[in-house]
Amino acid sequence: MIPVLLIAIPLVGGLAGFFIKNDKSARSWSLLVSLAALAVSLWGLSVGAKSPLLNADAEWLPALGSRFAVGLDGMGQILCLLTAIAFPVIFIATWRDEYSKSWNFYALMLLSQAGLLGVFLAMDALLFYFFWELALIPVYFLCSQWGGEKRIQATFKFFIYTFVGSLLMLVGIIWLYAHTPDHSFSLKSFYALRSSINGTDQVWLFWLFFIAFAIKMPIWPLHTWQPDTYEQSPTATTMVLSGVMVKMGVFGVIRWLAPVLPLGTWAWGDTASGFCIASMIYASLVAMQQDDLKRLIAYSSIAHIGLMALAIFATTTTGMQGVMIQMFNHGINIIGMWIVVDLIERQMGTRKISELGGLAQKAPALAILLVIVALANVALPLTNAFVGEFLLFSGVYSSKVTEYNVVFTVVAALSIILSAIYTLNMIQKVFFGNTNALTEKAKDIKLNEKVVLAAIVVLIVVIGVYPKPVLNLTKETVDMILTKMDYKKI
Amino acid sequence: MNAIIISAVWGIIMMFSGVFTSKGSVVRNTAVLGLVLLLVGNYLDLIGYHFFPVDVHKMLFFDEFGLLANTVIFGSTLIFVLLSGRDIENIAPRMPVAECFALVFFVLCGVSLVTTFNTLLMLFLGIEIISIPLYILTGSDKRNLKSNEASLKYFLMGCFSTGLMLLGIALLYGASPTGSFSIDELGIGRVNLSALYMAGLLLLLVAMGFKVSAAPFHFWTPDVYDGAPTVFTSFMATIVKAGIFIGFIRLFNETFGDSQSKWQLFVAIITATTLFIGNITAVFQQSVKRMLAYSSIAQAGFMLLALLSINGLARDGILLYAAAYSLATIGVFAILIKMKDYTFEGFNGLAKHHPLLAATCTIFLLSLAGIPLTAGFFAKYYMLASVVETGHYLWLVIFAVLCAAVSVYYYFRVIQAMYFKDGDAQTMELRPAFKGLLVVVAALIILLGVFPQLLLDKLNTLIYTW
Repeated sequence: MIPVLLIAIPLVGGLAGFFIKNDKSARSWSLLVSLAALAVSLWGLSVGAKSPLLNADAEWLPALGSRFAVGLDGMGQILCLLTAIAFPVIFIATWRDEYSKSWNFYALMLLSQAGLLGVFLAMDALLFYFFWELALIPVYFLCSQWGGEKRIQATFKFFIYTFVGSLLMLVGIIWLYAHTPDHSFSLKSFYALRSSINGTDQVWLFWLFFIAFAIKMPIWPLHTWQPDTYEQSPTATTMVLSGVMVKMGVFGVIRWLAPVLPLGTWAWGDTASGFCIASMIYASLVAMQQDDLKRLIAYSSIAHIGLMALAIFATTTTGMQGVMIQMFNHGINIIGMWIVVDLIERQMGTRKISELGGLAQKAPALAILLVIVALANVALPLTNAFVGEFLLFSGVYSSKVTEYNVVFTVVAALSIILSAIYTLNMIQKVFFGNTNALTEKAKDIKLNEKVVLAAIVVLIVVIGVYPKPVLNLTKETVDMILTKMDYKKI
Repeated sequence: MNAIIISAVWGIIMMFSGVFTSKGSVVRNTAVLGLVLLLVGNYLDLIGYHFFPVDVHKMLFFDEFGLLANTVIFGSTLIFVLLSGRDIENIAPRMPVAECFALVFFVLCGVSLVTTFNTLLMLFLGIEIISIPLYILTGSDKRNLKSNEASLKYFLMGCFSTGLMLLGIALLYGASPTGSFSIDELGIGRVNLSALYMAGLLLLLVAMGFKVSAAPFHFWTPDVYDGAPTVFTSFMATIVKAGIFIGFIRLFNETFGDSQSKWQLFVAIITATTLFIGNITAVFQQSVKRMLAYSSIAQAGFMLLALLSINGLARDGILLYAAAYSLATIGVFAILIKMKDYTFEGFNGLAKHHPLLAATCTIFLLSLAGIPLTAGFFAKYYMLASVVETGHYLWLVIFAVLCAAVSVYYYFRVIQAMYFKDGDAQTMELRPAFKGLLVVVAALIILLGVFPQLLLDKLNTLIYTW
C-alpha cells in the first residue's frame, strides 16, 4: 500500500501538472504533491518493519514472469525518506527561480521523483529497470530545456552514458532471468541464483552490472559526464541528480549486484575498489583546481561517492552501515551546498570563486548556515557525515575480504584531507576577505531559504549527535546483504 | 485464405473504383472499408470461420502465427492509410489514386501469402506479388528523376535477388529426397545436409536478406527509400518489411531448424554487420528521411536476432517487434510527410508551433530507440532475451545493445531539434483528425509498452500449441 502510494502520488501529480498552465499554481501544486509524498514516507517509517502495508505485489506481465512487486526494507526506507525530503526542500529553496513554461518543469521534476522512488522500491528486476529509465528520461528533458548554454551537448552525453550502462545491465538481467529455475524476475529468485551460477559467469556478469552502476555513481573513468551535466543543469535538477540520483548507483550495487553475484563481487572487488580510490583522489585533486562553484561541488561529490562504493566492497557490517547512513547524509549535505550556490548565483550572477569575496559581511546568516553544511561536507565531528565516514573508514580498515585494507584506508583518508582543503578554501575565498564591487550589493537570505537551510542544518546536527535510529533502521537489511555476500558459504 | 482472397478481390475493386469516381475521399474510404473487411475476415479465419474452403493441396498452411502476423500487418496498414492516405493524392497530379490503393492491396495479398506459405513456390509467388507493385509505387512520382532512379534501381536489384532466390529454391528441390518444394519434405529430419542443400539454403538466405535489407545486401535501401515518395517509403519500410520478416522466420524455423548449427554463424555475422552499418551510417545523415532509411536497416538487424535464435521467444518477439516498429515508423513518417523541409534543421522549433506533433513524434522516436514504457522496449527485450535463451552468441547481444545505444544518438537528434533548438519548422496544413489519430497511435505504443500482454497473451497460448 505505502510503496504504491509513494510511486503513484508523484506520478499522477506530475502527469496532472502538465495541465496546470499557470506558473504560481504549478509551483504550489508540485510542493503540495511532494509534501504528500513526504507524509506517506513518514507514515511508512511509523508503521514498523513488519507491517504488511510496506509491501505490495500485483500481476503485471505473467507471460514474462515479471510482477509489480514493490516493498520497503530498511535501505528502501532511508532512501525513500531522502527522496521524499529532497523534493520539497528543493522546491522551497528554488521557489524564486524563474522557468519558462514552469508547469512542464515541475511536472517533469515530479515524474523523475516517481522514477527514483520506483527504483528504490522495486523488488522485481524488470520493474527496477523500468523505473531506472523512467527516472532518467524526465531529467534529460529538464536539463536540455532549462539548462545552461552548453546544455544540449552535456545532457546528451549524460544520456548516452547512462543508456549504455543500463542496456548492459539489461543484458545481465535477461541472462540471470533465463537462468532462474522458475523464470522469474523477482528479487528472491535472483538471490537464490547466487549459488548456482559458476564463477566465470559471475565475473563477466559483475562487469555488466557494475559498469551501469559505476556510470551512475559515477566512478572514474566513467565520470566525465557528471561535472558537465551538473554545471549545465538548472540548479534544482542538479540537486536531484547529485542528492538523490547518484544514490541509485550505490543502491544498485547493494541490492542487485553484490548479493546476487557474490563470487564475481569478491573476485573483482579489489579492482573495483582500486577504481573507487582512483576516483576519490582524482576528483579531489581536480576539485582543488576549479574556479566554478558548481564544478567544485560536482567533483567533491565524486570523491564522496567513491568512498561509499569502496566500503561496499569491503563487506563489513560497520562499512555497510556507514554506506546506508552516508547515502542519506550525502544527499542532505550536498543539497544544502547547492542551495547556497543557487543563492549566490541568483544574487551575483556568477559562480566564479575568483569574482566573489567578503560575502559573510553582507550575508551573515547565509555564511553561518553554509559553514555548517560545508563542515558536514568535510565530516567534522558532531556532523552527520562524521558518523558516516567514520563507519566507512573503520569498515574498510577491518575488511576481511581484501589484503589491501590498510592501503585502501590510508589512501582514501588522503581524500578527506584534500576535501578539507578545497572546501575551506572555497569558503574563505567566497565568504571572507574583502568585498568587491560585485559582492558589495549582496543581501542576506530570505525566509524560505533560511527555513530550508536551517532544516538541513538541524538534520545534520541531529544525525551527527544521535545516529542510532537511522542505524537501527538499516541493521536488518545490512545483515541480510552481508550474509548473501559471503562467498565462502556458497 | 480469407485474407488472400479478400485482398486480391479488393485490389481489383479499388482499380475499378477509379473508373466510377474521381473523388479522392470516396476512393480512400473504399480502401479503409477494404482494410476493415480484411481485418475482420482474417480474425474470423483465426477463430475458425473460413469463407473460402479452397483445397490448397498443403501449399499454404494457415496456422495462428501466420494469421496473427496478418492481423498485425493489416492493422498497421489501416493506420497507415488513415494517417497518410490523403497524402497519396499529393504525390503527383496525374497519378491516379485508385491505382495506388489497388497496388497496396496487391502487396497485402502477397504479404498474406508470405505469412502462410507452406511450399517454397508459394513463398516465391508471395515475394514477387509484393515486389512488382512496389516497383511501381516507388516510381509513382513520375516526373521526379529521383523517384524514377529509385524505381529502376529497385527493379534491377530486386530482379537479381529474385534470380538468386529461384536458383536457391531449385537447388533445394534437387536436394529434397522426393523432389518437392514443400517445406514439410525439406523440413526437420527429412534431408541429409548435402552440399547442394546447403548451397540452396545460403542462396535463399542471401535473397531473403536482400529483401529485408540486411547488410551487406542493403545497398539499394537508402536510395530507394529516399527516392520513393515518402508515403510509400513509409509503407515499404514498415508493413512490407515486417511481412517479409515473418516469412523469413517461418522459412527458417520450419524448414531449416535442423541445420541451424550450420547457418547460425552466418546469420550472426549478417546480423552484426546489419546492426553496425545501419546504426553507424544513420548517425551521419543530414536528412531525416534518409536517416529513417538507415534506421530501418538497423531495426532489421534487431529483427534478425529472432532468426538467429528461432525459439518461442523469437516467434513471439518478431510479431511484437513488427507491431511496435511498424506503428512507430508509420507515425514518424506521417509527421515527416507533413514537414516542408526533410532535414534535421527542418524540425527546429517544432515543439513551439505544434506541441502535439512534437510530443507524439517524441514517443514514436523513443519507441524506436527502445526506451522502456514504449512498445519498442519490449520488442527489443524479446529479441535480446531470445538470443540469451539459446545460451550462445552473447557477444552479439552485447554488440546489439551497444548499437541500440548508438541509435539513441540519431533518434534524439530529431527530439533535440524539435524541443531545444530555435527555429521556424514549417508544416503543411494539419487536420484535427490527423492529430487525433497520432495521439491514438502514440497511446497504443505506450499501452503496449506497459502491458505488452495485450498482444502477447494471444501469442502465449500459441507457443504452447507449437
